[in-house]
Amino acid sequence: MAKVPVQFTLNGSEKAEFVDSGTTLLHALRDKIGDTSPKGGCHQGSCGACSVIIDGELRLSCLTLAETCDGAVISTTSGLSDSGVLHPLQRAFLDTFATQCGFCTPGMIMAAKVLLDHTPNPSRDEVVEALSGNICRCTGYEPIIQAVLTVARSNSQNAA
Amino acid sequence: MELRKNYFADVRRDDLHEIGQPRPRSDSPGHVTGKTAFFADRNFPGMLHLKMVRSPHHHARIRSIDTSEAEKHPGVVKILTAKDVPHNVYTILILIQIGPEDETVLADGKVRWKGEAVVAVLAETERAAQEAAAKVKVDYEVLPAVFDMQEALKPGAPLVNEYHGQNYYLYDSGECRKVRFGDVEAGFTGADHVLEQSYQSSPIEHAPTETTGCVVAPEGNDRFTCYTNTQAMFFTLDNTSIILQMPGSKLHFVGGTVGGGFGGKVDVIVEPIAILGAKLTGRPVCFIYSREEEMQISSPRAAEKVVIKDGVMKDGRIVARKVTGYTDAGAYSRHSPYGAQKGAGHYPGPYTIPNVWIDTYCVYTNRTPSSAMRGFGVTIGDFALEVQMDKLARLIGMDPLEFRFINAYRDGDMKAHRQPTEGAALIECMQEASRAANWPVAEKYMAMSSYVKGA
Ligand code: FES
Ligand code: FES
Repeated sequence: MAKVPVQFTLNGSEKAEFVDSGTTLLHALRDKIGDTSPKGGCHQGSCGACSVIIDGELRLSCLTLAETCDGAVISTTSGLSDSGVLHPLQRAFLDTFATQCGFCTPGMIMAAKVLLDHTPNPSRDEVVEALSGNICRCTGYEPIIQAVLTVARSNSQNAA
Repeated sequence: MELRKNYFADVRRDDLHEIGQPRPRSDSPGHVTGKTAFFADRNFPGMLHLKMVRSPHHHARIRSIDTSEAEKHPGVVKILTAKDVPHNVYTILILIQIGPEDETVLADGKVRWKGEAVVAVLAETERAAQEAAAKVKVDYEVLPAVFDMQEALKPGAPLVNEYHGQNYYLYDSGECRKVRFGDVEAGFTGADHVLEQSYQSSPIEHAPTETTGCVVAPEGNDRFTCYTNTQAMFFTLDNTSIILQMPGSKLHFVGGTVGGGFGGKVDVIVEPIAILGAKLTGRPVCFIYSREEEMQISSPRAAEKVVIKDGVMKDGRIVARKVTGYTDAGAYSRHSPYGAQKGAGHYPGPYTIPNVWIDTYCVYTNRTPSSAMRGFGVTIGDFALEVQMDKLARLIGMDPLEFRFINAYRDGDMKAHRQPTEGAALIECMQEASRAANWPVAEKYMAMSSYVKGA
């Protein structure tokens, strides 16, 4: 099968790969590049575990073809704490027990990050709406919502 | 968090330093940074992908299997059928002497539920394995199937599983697990009211976010490392050792990181065949359930039917309870004989009843095999029992919470299965619940105790 060259920025560093046409970004990230922080929970766009940020927007990497990401800027949860210091969302997920088995967590954090990037001080309803594409079977969602609201509150205090 | 000091004040210690203190989980830093290694995060060069050919029928004889077209499919490396599995007929609870072996790793001559594994295809890519699996031709003779437990127990019903010889699990106590305590019929005769009700539930899927699977790497020293999300590590290792007729010393299981289990990842279902594939090809193998397989193939909580007959006095005492419980095992035992047995011990509930009669059946049908899930064998029973308790209270015109105080077990009470009650705290829990829910009960109930005699 013909390979397609694809080049993008992942968490600040340049990546180049040859992929089979039709390869998903999820597969390319996990199995080719070795960033396993996006998870495959359904491979059909229904669980959100594979969520990543492409050019500032939340995307399901299982439904995104790698070849369409040429030149894109991609962020995943593994790139959030580069310097070893946890991102406020990561800290909040720890402190509010928003992670149990942890399988949904990287996708949840991506969804929360996009929300806060666009809306630094969201209402509870906006948080629920923003996370509504991400399934968590363990926590019952409430601690996750609290984690995001905790960061939002400290955002608004910092702004004040 | 508020710690109430008014309960058990004289028997408890107050120098606890963990309870009430938040402690960080040791695994959550890995979860929030994406560093936690789930089994599917392991990748090995040259790894093969395993896909299952599954039965489209609920019950059928296999006339023939033709893999010739599939073998020619580009990328296919190996195709496995029943004859490749060293010890193909197994049952997981054999480790605790609960037989007979009644399930095949790969179907041999017959399928007993829709979705049963028949042929395993190993290929270079997931796509090649999937496409080749679609080319395997299995010729089936469809047999009559039975999906309802009551139907399955009738004489002349289609026989689901020949290894049992009848559509129920044969316990050492006979066709069901039995508890006999006091004289239940005399209890009903002397009761002011008798109420019989039946309750039933459907199968429930755990639906973990991470699907069931494993990744196997052959090591240079003839050992196999299996990265798995099983919730039952040693149980899986020992059963794999039996199925593959391979000493446990050849098997190295790595796990403990489970992307949601809820009891649904305790069947030994992916590891043996993936390790066999790795052994026969000399290549790493991954076998990961698709979301569809997780929902349709992995075992659910059993469907249950519970028939409860209670004799109750006007003053609120339950004097007799007769329960017949049915657990739908599906086509194979897995953990269900144990689940049905747990029900037998559990059906009296946390109540002291002088006359008890319990029969619990583990029934085979042509449905997806059921197995463990959070409190299996007792959760549906609790639903049935507590709805029944509310109905009984209404029948005699009593407050449902006060009714439970009257019947609550206390330290020293003999339970129906003849274990004396120890460490009971039901009364204290109900006292606190009464306050928290603002559901007041009469003062005499608030003065009761689980452990002070005469209170
Ligand atoms: S894996 Fe992409 S949405 Fe589930
Ligand atoms: S923490 Fe397990 S799925 Fe969310």
